[in-house]
Amino acid sequence: MRRVEHLWGTAITLDVRCAVPPDLGDDVFAWFRRVEDLFSTWRPDSEVSRLGHGELSLAEVSPEVRAVLELCEEVRADSGGAFDIRFAADPRVARRDGSGPIDPSGLVKGWALQRAAELLRGIGIADFCINAGGDVITAGHPEPAQPWRIGIQHPWQRDKLAAVVAVTDLGVATSGRCERGDHVVDPRTGRPAIGLQSVTVIADDLALADGYATAALVLGDDGLAWLDAHPAVAAMTIADDSTVTLTDRFCEFRVL
Amino acid sequence: MRRTVPVLAATAGALVLLANFHTTTGVSGVAAPNPTGSPAAAPPSRVAAAAGGTGSPPTSTTAARTIDGPVAHTPYGDVKVRITLKASRITDVQAVELPFDRSKSRRISAEAGPKLRSEALTAQSARIDAVSGASYTSDGYTKSLQGAIDAAGR
Repeated sequence: MRRVEHLWGTAITLDVRCAVPPDLGDDVFAWFRRVEDLFSTWRPDSEVSRLGHGELSLAEVSPEVRAVLELCEEVRADSGGAFDIRFAADPRVARRDGSGPIDPSGLVKGWALQRAAELLRGIGIADFCINAGGDVITAGHPEPAQPWRIGIQHPWQRDKLAAVVAVTDLGVATSGRCERGDHVVDPRTGRPAIGLQSVTVIADDLALADGYATAALVLGDDGLAWLDAHPAVAAMTIADDSTVTLTDRFCEFRVL
Repeated sequence: MRRTVPVLAATAGALVLLANFHTTTGVSGVAAPNPTGSPAAAPPSRVAAAAGGTGSPPTSTTAARTIDGPVAHTPYGDVKVRITLKASRITDVQAVELPFDRSKSRRISAEAGPKLRSEALTAQSARIDAVSGASYTSDGYTKSLQGAIDAAGR
């Protein structure tokens, strides 16, 4: 089955290659809608918005929100503040002073897909791929014994790919500056991130892959070396001058 | 991990070197190494064309010679390239010293240009199941490769 819905300001594709129960698509997208209810930074009634405005305390939010905030803190500390939900590019969302609104959207998509994948595996769905706005999680095989082949979007040519990787039971997250303009800001300086056009991270956990890709984009020239220091991560960067750099682990996944 | 990546890096290094060709030193009479045969390696003719493509066509009777170029500095370390010439045309480019030979950056390899391949892959030429990229908007999706894959997969 294949189902596409527009949520989170993007499109989500659920692609399942094995037999599925009739309500599966409904269940998966109900989860994604719940994620929007909890984490939308655009809706004033989401838990994240109400938390940011002081209408909810940390003790009052859902365990899912607390789990994401803990993960965000982990990536913030790990990246030396390059990933920081207390500061986002959109001035309507976050302030510089560290209080007030928060924007965990640099990691939420990956986390939500990771949870969806665990849900699917838990009910015996083995072969699937979910793509939410360019963050991809894979499980099992699209066809017997075949890995999932994931194209990495070319940063400047919408109809082209920069690479293809073959993966299974892994997440692939890409952060870039091109699709929505210079929307990634360095929380440490308040200035737009420079140096890298695109960062792709492959990891077991798509939530971390998503957060790491966002952080590395901010780290710019230092981003790939930082990623490379994480043994569980494979990464590819495309720099502003179009330099493509891969970690050795990424080479193992790359087929084109 | 010496697959296509070092070759591409070497090609890039060669282009840098060709721009400074008058500074090259260390000409030797070593026989030409065999071409790598890697499909991702830029054909020698393309390298020559990129460098201006001067010189007469190669002939089988001309002895090959190799030139060790100066070191090119990259963010990931220094790249040294050995170029093989026949009758002034480049027939092979090999990296003789690459950043990932050094322990500090062993696991990072700089590729191609080290530029993004100009002959970028098309989705049609590479069977793919999904596309990972920077977040597209809901509108952007309709024009995206993922949108095309979904439309074809329905």
